[in-house]
Amino acid sequence: MVSSALDAQRTISEKILSNASGKPARANDFVLARVHAAMAHDGTSVLGVRAFEAMGASSVWDPDRIAIVFDHIAPASTEMAATLQKSIRSWTKRQGIANFFDVGEGICHQVVVEHGLALPGTLVVGADSHSCTYGALGAFATGVGATDIAEVFATGTLWFKVPETLKIVLSGKLRAHVSAKDVILKIVGTIGADGASYKALEVYGTTTADLSMEGRLTVSNMAIEVGAKAGIIPPDRKTFEYIERIQPQLSYTPCYADEDASYADELHVAVGELGPQIACPHEVDNVKAVEDVAGTPIDQVFVGSCTNGRLEDFKEVAAIVRGETVAVRTIVVPASKHVLLTCMRTGILETLIEAGATVCSPGCGPCLGAHNGVLGRGEACLSTSNRNFKGRMGADGLVYLASPATAAATALQGEIVDPRRI
Amino acid sequence: MLIRGNVWKYGDNINTDLIIPGKYLRTTDVSVFAEHAMEGIDKDFSPLTGDVIVAGKNFGCGSSREQAALALKHAKIGCVVARSFARIFFRNAINVGLPIVEADALDFVDKGDEIEVDLSAGLVITRTRVVQGSKLPKFLLEILADGGLVEYRKRHPRSAGPETADLQRV
Repeated sequence: MVSSALDAQRTISEKILSNASGKPARANDFVLARVHAAMAHDGTSVLGVRAFEAMGASSVWDPDRIAIVFDHIAPASTEMAATLQKSIRSWTKRQGIANFFDVGEGICHQVVVEHGLALPGTLVVGADSHSCTYGALGAFATGVGATDIAEVFATGTLWFKVPETLKIVLSGKLRAHVSAKDVILKIVGTIGADGASYKALEVYGTTTADLSMEGRLTVSNMAIEVGAKAGIIPPDRKTFEYIERIQPQLSYTPCYADEDASYADELHVAVGELGPQIACPHEVDNVKAVEDVAGTPIDQVFVGSCTNGRLEDFKEVAAIVRGETVAVRTIVVPASKHVLLTCMRTGILETLIEAGATVCSPGCGPCLGAHNGVLGRGEACLSTSNRNFKGRMGADGLVYLASPATAAATALQGEIVDPRRI
Repeated sequence: MLIRGNVWKYGDNINTDLIIPGKYLRTTDVSVFAEHAMEGIDKDFSPLTGDVIVAGKNFGCGSSREQAALALKHAKIGCVVARSFARIFFRNAINVGLPIVEADALDFVDKGDEIEVDLSAGLVITRTRVVQGSKLPKFLLEILADGGLVEYRKRHPRSAGPETADLQRV
């Protein structure tokens, strides 16, 4: 640990990167830092392992701190994908990777959290842009590319530019059928797709404290959609209890900002009056009130992804569709095997299937347009995922991003519906 | 490092799904990435060696897929000049050896214009103007000069990362 005198006036990012690099770091400094854990999935590990081997590396720096998760196209949809996965499977065996999660285990970000690989105060990198999700636990977690992850696999270290921090303060009590997703969509719509480029977010306020851990994961997950390097929520009792529940007896040292830490900017958002939000095609920051686009025809509803594929999300959907029948194809993909099993045991799955939903195996599902619900030409999808870029879920598809409640209400009508109206 | 070619001009927020859609990630064949580069936004994209993409802000936002940078590199793009880059794309470009310059040149080019980029100086020379962009730090220029981080690692196996002295100059 860097001495407390040097810690004065530091943000969480400055502190975590100081500790990880062993020298006092300030925003805009470059540091060479040691990571706590590193993750790659089937989509990025192939190039990562190839770069690892091309660098001349033979064994990974620490097989217990690396997670490989098959989630993007899992189970494989083509012979090529299956063959690439086969090669990674045997690489993980050769390297003795302790945390290898094969087909069906879930989305990398959910799996990393459930297995206690990202903890408060730690530095975690993942070869996936939504690795910022772990910020919800108070980690400095950020996405990198395949060659960067190869460097980490080989050395356990990586260079970072210490980011400046945008402080976000959320206040007010969320109304019924308004959730963490609506809050983060509101933020994305307010500051734009590059509103926090190169910066870290620290998210505070009474609303944040009230959010469940699942809701916090949703908020941190979408930090990348404003260009942020990390989306950190300072850990509290809820965080510690959550970790204790999923992986008891892990040790870690939480990290907090100093009261007089210096921020690049502050954004205060009052969410007490906020209604359901929706990102319209083809930009995540093209955010509107759901009521303003109500009635728009929809061909497919997708509930899942690393943004909204957790128990709380399916609970909300089940409560809305219980005893009803969906009007359009509705694809449900639990974020992990653990989420799927819990949905089974609590009857949520039965409710969803009886209402007409199609359940796919835990993973990324159709979010990235590779399988399990790709859109046909001109079709529109209301999705609880995180990106609606042109071509993402199909070359000529339209993607609307919204909360699980909006998704459920929309599924029942086949057109966009404000969930407060049902 | 000097790059000379013609301009391919795009706007803001050119995301990785536009650069290389997710459905093409099921392979390691870089020629597939190159063939479908920019397919989401420009069906006529067919650069010649050394051509330069000039774009607005937040170029490469979205996914961490390194295939986006690889697609442009193997499509023969010599350099991407943008008002700003999304940070993961920025790192990936350096790591795969795709030159990039942060410069505000969009208003001074048209599609097809001749353009020259002096990478070490961060200079973008358009038909009508010389635009000073940000200079890359020395260690990133070295990685680019070697053709990417893998090649750099082969030549500098012992250094675990950029030297502190070099970092201070950034």
